[in-house]
Amino acid sequence: MYQTLTRNVHFRLEATGFFAARSSQDEKNPRNSLLAAGVYKYSRSQVIAKRNLHKRKPAGTVAAASAVANKTVEVKGAKNGKTRVIATSKAPRFYAAEDVPVPNKHRKHAGTVKIRSSIVPGTVLILLAGRYRGKRVVFLKQLKSGLLLVSGPFKINGVPLKRVNQAYVIATSTKVDIDVTKVDAQLDDAYFSRSKAVKKAATEEALFEGQKKKEPLAENKVALQKSTDKLILDAVTKVEHLRQYLAAKFSLSKGQAPHALKF
Amino acid sequence: MLDSKVFISASFFFSPIWTFIFLVHSLYAKGRVLGFKRAKRNQRPDISLIQIEGVKTIADTEFYLGKRVAFVYRAKREVNGSKIRCIWGRIIRAHGGSGTVKARFRNNLPAKSFGAS
Repeated sequence: MYQTLTRNVHFRLEATGFFAARSSQDEKNPRNSLLAAGVYKYSRSQVIAKRNLHKRKPAGTVAAASAVANKTVEVKGAKNGKTRVIATSKAPRFYAAEDVPVPNKHRKHAGTVKIRSSIVPGTVLILLAGRYRGKRVVFLKQLKSGLLLVSGPFKINGVPLKRVNQAYVIATSTKVDIDVTKVDAQLDDAYFSRSKAVKKAATEEALFEGQKKKEPLAENKVALQKSTDKLILDAVTKVEHLRQYLAAKFSLSKGQAPHALKF
Repeated sequence: MLDSKVFISASFFFSPIWTFIFLVHSLYAKGRVLGFKRAKRNQRPDISLIQIEGVKTIADTEFYLGKRVAFVYRAKREVNGSKIRCIWGRIIRAHGGSGTVKARFRNNLPAKSFGAS
């Protein structure tokens, strides 16, 4: 029944809490039925009433009243009475003068990114933009963010493990035979996130030092690059000329039109 | 005097004849701006007509649809460290049956861009 609802109706019903708590009962024994286009047997309020919420027991008890509101504290001073009862958590000293606008709830979720059918683990891709434009590179796997994980391999063409957007890539028909399951699970979006620069107390020396020192790549990352590349290199060496192919850059020569090329 | 080139990639883009060091006539296709979308007496400057080199039929244009386009030109005043400037856009659809293509740019192209390469 849910599938037959049009989107508009679905959203409106959802707003009323119609689909709030879907239990397995809802799936197996739907409470409503479609009689004709847009016409259901029971109205919204009837269906909600059918859910018998008033008879159901709450799933979990309401969180136990947060630990006691007041506490007793010992007070110094002879004439102060020895103890005093105060609130457990102190009231805030500052209250906003006007209501702070609360941002709307985000109910939309980004869908999973589809990659072109021509891009399959092991495919040789041509990078079209960025520092490594023109380089031919091996596709390893798609990350959760939708970006493609790619590696030169570094030894062949200097392209490290890298994330790349499929929009800036041409997929060739050349494929390297690699076992994707062996690609380290560590390689995900978090691996590539930039580390926040450590804030150092500004010293005079630091101010005059000027240039940022470029830190060498972390050892574990170097090791991961090597191990991933080994996977690829083993497969590359088996195919004649593939290594040189990956080392060569792609470019259009005079008179070549990309639409006429077969990649 | 002003030229355009069409670069490839989700970006194929236009660029002028002069090549920058980092562009090696490599990843883009060249083209010309023919004019604005128009009827005989009225023109719509928001969409430009582009002729891409080597593209002669409407079937050929399919590859270029959606690709990015850059109109690159020189200026006297330096901006952000460069005297070369660029207007980006995208190819949106074919025009006619002989390989011409319509493109929409972030800012409309100057009429100076028409023709000559």
